[in-house]
Amino acid sequence: MCLAIPGKIRSVEMKHNGMVRMAKISFGGITKEASLDMLPDAEIGDYVLVHVGVAISKVNEEEAQKTFKYLEEIGELGDLIDVEDYLPSKDERKAS
Amino acid sequence: MKYMSEYRDPELAKKYLEEIKNTVTRPWSIMEVCGGQTHSLVKNGIIDMLPDSVTMIHGPGCPVCVTPLNLIDKAVHLATEKGVILCSFGDMLRVPGSVKSLLEAKAEGADVRVLYSPLEAVRIAEENPDREVVFFAVGFETTAPANALSVIHAHSRGVKNYSILASHVLVPPAIKAVIDDEESKIDGFLAAGHVCTIMGNAEYHPISEEFNVPIVVTGFEPLDVLQGILMVIRQLEQKKSKVENQYARIVREEGNPDAQKVIHQVFETRDQMWRGIGEIPQSGYAVRAEFADFDATRKYNVTIEEAPEHPDCISGQIMKGIKKPFECSQFGKKCKPTNPLGAPMVSSEGACAAYYHFSGMVEV
Repeated sequence: MCLAIPGKIRSVEMKHNGMVRMAKISFGGITKEASLDMLPDAEIGDYVLVHVGVAISKVNEEEAQKTFKYLEEIGELGDLIDVEDYLPSKDERKAS
Repeated sequence: MKYMSEYRDPELAKKYLEEIKNTVTRPWSIMEVCGGQTHSLVKNGIIDMLPDSVTMIHGPGCPVCVTPLNLIDKAVHLATEKGVILCSFGDMLRVPGSVKSLLEAKAEGADVRVLYSPLEAVRIAEENPDREVVFFAVGFETTAPANALSVIHAHSRGVKNYSILASHVLVPPAIKAVIDDEESKIDGFLAAGHVCTIMGNAEYHPISEEFNVPIVVTGFEPLDVLQGILMVIRQLEQKKSKVENQYARIVREEGNPDAQKVIHQVFETRDQMWRGIGEIPQSGYAVRAEFADFDATRKYNVTIEEAPEHPDCISGQIMKGIKKPFECSQFGKKCKPTNPLGAPMVSSEGACAAYYHFSGMVEV
């Protein structure tokens, strides 16, 4: 039900007397229209996540790579670097 | 990058599974809140590949499944007795009401339409000025902005024959209710990535702190779910409990402020009935008085007597994660997707339907 799919914005136009910003978005060959009401900064060429005809988030390319690198990262860093370990505990922080 | 198929890479999935096996030292129970994640876990066989010590508990995160029986009866009544054009998402049409489903009402001649977006319903209302159009607006926080936007569009375009029958449910109060249930034993949560896309992560920090549970905001592709599980297990093994974001390519800490603005313009929070679970305080949205003309509940003021659930259905225990679908005496017998006794067998994201189709336990 909360299914949402990333697609690439192909074109943008104003509809309904200029009140609504709509985009044509390509999902691997299929093009559908979606509202950009929730993403005023989205532009042609951006990858956006679309849910029930409304674009709700812009894909962050840098973050998108992290799932592929996560295992290497935790392998290299081990468990030692968690900053929380070096800070006073939450209770101590509250007390101070 | 297409941001989809890359997250289905079987080689990397194996490495994630290996790392999960190497990290776990004792049994843990993790709840994936969202039905989309349940679907991904079962369909991709992840559930069978996880080590035995990791138990996935399937949460209440299927809005179709938790929509009250009484509201489905109301929708059927509007379609059959009031002659409205009743529109909704496809899954909602098949859910059995106490007498019939919307799909059965359609087969008998009612004007019931399956739509991809609530914005299409506003267009249908514009094209049919002599008819009333009602959108059966179900969903979690993910869908609330689109449903609210349909009301704003109708309002600004002067469409007066459009209203929504709203049944909106909210995730954080449900997580709290699940933790509070004395029968539940959940060590950590995968939070629903698309809900957080809208609302951000702020509501989850106090829950994680108060109940000492790790919460990892997680996506829906196989690698997302595997990484989310690994992140929860790493926290559990290190005796940590904080909110982490596995799905940062989509979810910002603050969510989508424009979407939140639209939600709060049209909706206010209220106590909400969850089918199979009961009432959870402040866990739903009602249409604000300013938009009363677009609220089908006020517009039609239909009262329908509460009908009992099917006596054999244990959907409440399924959705709180207390029982698995195959522990139900009717699973795959009297209760099938073609003849569901309860909602989790209807929606493709319901735990019972996911097990029915993909677990190999039932010969379809």
